[in-house]
Amino acid sequence: MKTAIQHTLRAVLAGLAIAAGRGAPAAAQSVASNTHPPYTPADAQFMTGMIGHHAQAVLIAGWAPTHGASPSILLLCERIVAGQGDEIDLMKRWLSDFGEPVPEGKAHYMSGMDMGDMDHGGMPGMLSQAQLEQLDAARGPEFDRLFLTFMIQHHKGAIVMVDKLFGTQGAGEEERSFRFASDVYADQTTEIDRMQKMLAALPPSGSGQ
Amino acid sequence: MAPATVLRGRAFVLGLLALAACSKSTSPGGSGMSSVAPKPDPRVGLKAGMWDAGQASWNLRMVSTTPPSEKFAGVTNSDISFLRNYAIQGNYNGFQVWDISNPAKPTLTLGFLCPASQSDVSVYKNLLFVSGEGNSGRVDCGGQGVGDTVSADRLRGIRIFDATDIANPKYIANVQTCRGSHTHTVVEDPRDKENVYIYVSGSAGVRSPNELPGCSRLAPDKDPNSSLFRIEVIKVPLANPAEAKIVTSPRIFQDLTAPPEHGENPVDVAESKKAAAEARAKGGYTAEIQGQEYVLPPQMIDPMLDSIAKSHGGTKPNGADSAALRTALPAMIQARFGAPPAPGAVRPGPTQCHDITVYPAIALAGGACGGYGLLLDIKDTPNPKRIGAVADSNFSYWHSATFNNDGTKILFSDEWGGGGQPKCRTIDKPEWGADAIFTLVDGKMVFQSYYKMPAPQTKFENCVAHNGSLIPIPGRDVMVQAWYQGGISVFDWTDPKKPTEIAFYDRGPVDSTKMGNGGSWSVYWYNGYMISSEISRGLDIFELTPSAWISQNEIDAAKSVHLDYFNAQDQPKITWAPSYALSGAYLDQLARSGGLSSSRVADAQKALADSKLMVGGAQKNALLSLSKSLEADASGAKDPAKVKTLANSLKDLAAQN
Repeated sequence: MKTAIQHTLRAVLAGLAIAAGRGAPAAAQSVASNTHPPYTPADAQFMTGMIGHHAQAVLIAGWAPTHGASPSILLLCERIVAGQGDEIDLMKRWLSDFGEPVPEGKAHYMSGMDMGDMDHGGMPGMLSQAQLEQLDAARGPEFDRLFLTFMIQHHKGAIVMVDKLFGTQGAGEEERSFRFASDVYADQTTEIDRMQKMLAALPPSGSGQ
Repeated sequence: MAPATVLRGRAFVLGLLALAACSKSTSPGGSGMSSVAPKPDPRVGLKAGMWDAGQASWNLRMVSTTPPSEKFAGVTNSDISFLRNYAIQGNYNGFQVWDISNPAKPTLTLGFLCPASQSDVSVYKNLLFVSGEGNSGRVDCGGQGVGDTVSADRLRGIRIFDATDIANPKYIANVQTCRGSHTHTVVEDPRDKENVYIYVSGSAGVRSPNELPGCSRLAPDKDPNSSLFRIEVIKVPLANPAEAKIVTSPRIFQDLTAPPEHGENPVDVAESKKAAAEARAKGGYTAEIQGQEYVLPPQMIDPMLDSIAKSHGGTKPNGADSAALRTALPAMIQARFGAPPAPGAVRPGPTQCHDITVYPAIALAGGACGGYGLLLDIKDTPNPKRIGAVADSNFSYWHSATFNNDGTKILFSDEWGGGGQPKCRTIDKPEWGADAIFTLVDGKMVFQSYYKMPAPQTKFENCVAHNGSLIPIPGRDVMVQAWYQGGISVFDWTDPKKPTEIAFYDRGPVDSTKMGNGGSWSVYWYNGYMISSEISRGLDIFELTPSAWISQNEIDAAKSVHLDYFNAQDQPKITWAPSYALSGAYLDQLARSGGLSSSRVADAQKALADSKLMVGGAQKNALLSLSKSLEADASGAKDPAKVKTLANSLKDLAAQN
């Protein structure tokens, strides 16, 4: 008897948590800790979405060594893999601490996959299947050029996500959420600037693909 | 017979003392006179715990540790400032004022509840300034957050208090800014006694113009009044601080184009040279761009060869065509390299500064802004001007800057991961999350080396370079710095190419099973002690202990420096009054470095010690005589400059008589 009720309760609670993570109205539940500003569903959505966003960055930056990237691109990619990888862990911790479901944090990609409806129009700036395949096929200076172009697009998407967070009622006030979103903004705008300069400094591409 | 025996006895005893002083101690955390850091590093494998973590220290000792007071416990402690005998410690709940007259037993004078992140604190005369940037800070000091995206209740900017009575500060004004205040820097303008200035670094999101009129998050080419790409300067009238307001918003990032890099990583350069040589050996084409050699791909070369062939009516490029291309290539690359960036590019340059450190005595400031370390001329205080910029070719993005006392070096630190992440693991590169040291001559910054706290930390300890300050040891550049759960590290950067750790303290992780909240946010030297704001554990106070790296004289000379107040980002010019400790310190340094022959050092040490026992005219003459003989030594010594400095210090000491 007791067990059945416990199961039911657990399921109900799990359902609530999932509902909260999937865009319950902003005016609905928020969870306060002590007297500190509560987090909102928008914060949880931001974290969840950004995990997927970062996972793609880690994937494509991880291609640099096998795709003939130049030394400075290799170094940049190493920093992105390390930095965004650690940030995925931070976001997972945040979600777990607040009892929210924790995504896996790994990008799944196979050349030739038919993504259908799930093609990553998902989060702003994310690469589509076609773009992923184009990048995966590139080597050497062509990889450099495409990587920088696509990662700039990717980073700009992250900025859009941060702006959206801060534009949402009550969101971005919980301490860790504010701190992390602000850091993403500062770091990625800096990297956009750096990548644009690297792109401008590349040898011009040849006759095109 | 008796004097000879006595002499032998004294020499024997002195000899024993010398031996003991130089014995190598290998006990973990021991304070032996070894100049070699203890191995294995005692910071590795420390027991975890919030209040009972294992500890390791070298060449310093903990004087006291004081947990946060009740209303601040469990909430992040942030930066500290000092006023007379008080340490004012920021906390995300407000600030605590500690009376540190007895550093072994700090007492709480006041806990002021007024939540805001990050609550960076500065003091100036009777004023107290607190930074707020988070969305939840309230003008009325409430802790419930703000909620609305646009609200008159929100504080993002600088809180101003009248702290004439430090136990009862009066909250007198706010200066709201478009991006809030992540940190701020108090700047005294030597030409303006009526006002004090504050440089505000806002790096968080831009507020709605409905919340603060005039704020704009558009780029400057869309809106010349953009809140991006600038710092704010607040002018605070000392006679009426409630009238403080923003007076200028200098765009110090204007026209920062290609980042003046400190040079590619030598490994990269070697690699690219190798690849280029191999390609050329196979008949390939290479070009040099920004100091690196690139192998040009066939997709690029073939069309060029074809067009050369076509120009003389050929259908296939021949040997002469290849040769012609090789000759023409460098100029062509140069011309193409000057091409403008792709259309639709975001305006280049950083949009914000993270931290600015000013050094008013030399009219310079160092700004860590986006991917750049900026050098600013602050002679015209409300209108700082950029005069130099460097970037890191290892892709570090710097967060703060520190000058050495002479103003001949500048250090930028990379707070990679924002302070909440473990960046001191064995897998983390030593160039990342570290300090980058530059020499500074005539406004030109030249990269020299990196420094990173060397002890590996666990993945559950957030660790990266953070706030610190100079230790006022005369004749050397020594800094004490916070590394979050990496503890505190004291390093000597006198030789900018070889920074070396000379003292440390560390605790085990807050939690051995997951990332906990803790570690040193800031540690600063203030009036003889090193005071650390520990994020969770409270206020730690440390004292240097004499070692092979820092002598008692050097410690005493450092302790002789007294300040009435201290804000780390507002560097004072440190000067030392003449003293036996000061001269003794220079002599100890000459002994350590071999800058003067050991026999002359020994003679001088004896003469100095003897003169200490004399009085009046006799002492004065002894000091002058020693000074004179050292001046004569200078030209033949390995370090003539320091010998002369020592000689001069003795003259100054004599003049005090």
